[in-house]
Amino acid sequence: MGELRLMKGNEAVAEAAIRAGCDGYFGYPITPQSEVMEYLMAEKPHERTGMVVLQAESETASINMLYGAAGTGKMVMTSSSSPGISLMQEGISYMAGAELPAVIVNVVRGGPGLGTIQPSQADYFQAVKGGGHGDYKMIVLAPASVQEMCDHVKLAFELAFKYRTPAMILSDGAIGQMMEKVVLFDPIPRRTEAELISQNPWAATGKPKTREHIIITSLDLDPAGQERVNLKLQAKYRKIQENEVLYETLGVDDAEYLFVAFGLSARICQKSMDLARAKGIKVGLFRPITLFPFPEKQMNAIGKKVKGMLVVEMNAGQMIEDVKLSVGCSIKIEHFGRFGGIIPTPDEVVKALETQIIGG
Amino acid sequence: MEEPFVKTQIRKDENIVYKRTSLLVDRPLSYCPGCGHGVVHRMLMETLEEMGIQDKTIGVSPVGCSVLAYDFMNIDMIGAAHGRAPALATAIKRLWPDKFVFTYQGDGDLAAIGTAETIHACNRGENFTIIFINNGIYGMTGGQMAPTTLPGMRSSTSPYGRNVLTMGHPLKITELIANLPGVNYVTRQAVHTPNHVRKTKKAIRKALEQQKENKGIAFIEVVSNCNSGWKMTPVQSNKWMEENMFPFYPLGDIKVDGKLVQSSEVAK
Ligand SMILES: Cc1ncc(C[n+]2csc(CCOP(=O)(O)OP(=O)(O)O)c2C)c(N)n1
Ligand code: SF4
Ligand SMILES: [Mg+2]
Repeated sequence: MGELRLMKGNEAVAEAAIRAGCDGYFGYPITPQSEVMEYLMAEKPHERTGMVVLQAESETASINMLYGAAGTGKMVMTSSSSPGISLMQEGISYMAGAELPAVIVNVVRGGPGLGTIQPSQADYFQAVKGGGHGDYKMIVLAPASVQEMCDHVKLAFELAFKYRTPAMILSDGAIGQMMEKVVLFDPIPRRTEAELISQNPWAATGKPKTREHIIITSLDLDPAGQERVNLKLQAKYRKIQENEVLYETLGVDDAEYLFVAFGLSARICQKSMDLARAKGIKVGLFRPITLFPFPEKQMNAIGKKVKGMLVVEMNAGQMIEDVKLSVGCSIKIEHFGRFGGIIPTPDEVVKALETQIIGG
Repeated sequence: MEEPFVKTQIRKDENIVYKRTSLLVDRPLSYCPGCGHGVVHRMLMETLEEMGIQDKTIGVSPVGCSVLAYDFMNIDMIGAAHGRAPALATAIKRLWPDKFVFTYQGDGDLAAIGTAETIHACNRGENFTIIFINNGIYGMTGGQMAPTTLPGMRSSTSPYGRNVLTMGHPLKITELIANLPGVNYVTRQAVHTPNHVRKTKKAIRKALEQQKENKGIAFIEVVSNCNSGWKMTPVQSNKWMEENMFPFYPLGDIKVDGKLVQSSEVAK
């Protein structure tokens, strides 16, 4: 059994990176996630595991530091919050195009623009639909607890390397800042140089005489070549969709209605479920854990069993599009959201279920 | 049947005085005939071969005319986004301190869109080498004005000549960089005559050697021609470069072993 600690979500991310065998962290301060780099700097991971931590001059620089290091097969991570993640989009697109693994943590705050430092889920579209230019996707994990902030770091690295693609942890300011009990997984040693080279033969690590030179790039000027690149990426995304879906359900067996929510909203919906059930409303909860790949089939199946769904998000209605695409139009699906850093209360969620779905 | 005869008669070991380094891939370069890029590629690759460090070198190519440098350099390479090469190289060198790491960048790449990455990598004293090709223009995109375009110089976005009052002054980023404490070696060279080519190669060697000692950034500017962008013949462009570029961007060492060796005021 791992070590039990009381930690902030942001600290759990940092500690998990060290324990996952991460080689390097590159970041730029922004609220509400600055604790990630602060924890790393205080913890001196260079002494613990040899991990490098560097404060970059901007998020543009940090993501391109990730790109360079990932191109050499290293396990690297950055974290930021919404405005900083916007700055990273070019780099993320390059990494997706060059097929490089890396972990990017977005502790989302309200927008648009400088917005607010309070929690939000308004970056769902940006994370799940691409964000940068070109046809690409990222693996997107949505933690709902400090425990998952920790566990998802390890999982994100595993998936990023398995598919050679950037993976994002889409969290929010509340999960980043709140303290909870967390069971830390046992440290995994960082890979040796020999392990890195044998596990990642695609990486640019210096050309020995025995092989061709390795080129890491997202460029192919020949349209037929660039179409092949795109087809290969799409095939990879289909494989991810088939194999890596994660979700959680609660009280769905007898449910007539369903809350659909990810991350912090799902935590609120758990409380709303209790309140609604005390009133005799049979409502369950469906929580996608992977936002890409979205649990399409599972949502579709459950859509055949309930009368209606309320999609609860801290945004103006983003994931609801994927819910509707998965379920179809046979039942009532509505959105309830608060924005600007306001967290919906369990009561107002129940009320929304009553007025928008049951009574509506 | 004459070809094999000619080859065997002439291509004898004792007749060979010079040959292409094996670190340049045997394929046509994408550069315009007369352009300096190819010469710098050759000097860099010859130096890596002479030092015997090709298996320990990771190069970072830019976006610009040399975007395909990785197709010509027979070493492991990563193609950066426009301007970001120093950020890539920072992380690569930090995580692989025993490798030799270089960036190869144009003036638009290094001194406009990538200014922040350049200055901060230099200021942190990262231990890699920057090869900076200053041709005073955006070659790749068709000859637009660069941060280094001379006052009065015509380009496709300064068709009446660069007016410094509205378009800004040319940026002597090399002098700026030389003043940063993290920078150990700064020199400005050219490759338009055999003598200059030799000097540039020497500078490249010096820059790479110093990576073994972790002394900080080694920065080599090569003032080069862009005959296509300048709309001149290669010969005219080299003459124009001597007459106009060199007075503004004087050749020679600017900082050696961490000490400034020539007047390096930013505006001179
Ligand atoms: C983000 C971004 N902006 C603009 C471009 C277009 N672009 C490609 S190369 C280039 C200028 C290159 O000029 P320079 O760095 O001087 O290299 P040269 O071609 O002269 O060697 C520009 C603006 C791009 N590829 N990416
Ligand atoms: S456009 Fe200019 S810089 Fe580019 S290859 Fe031609 S001459 Fe060289
Ligand atoms: Mg140029």
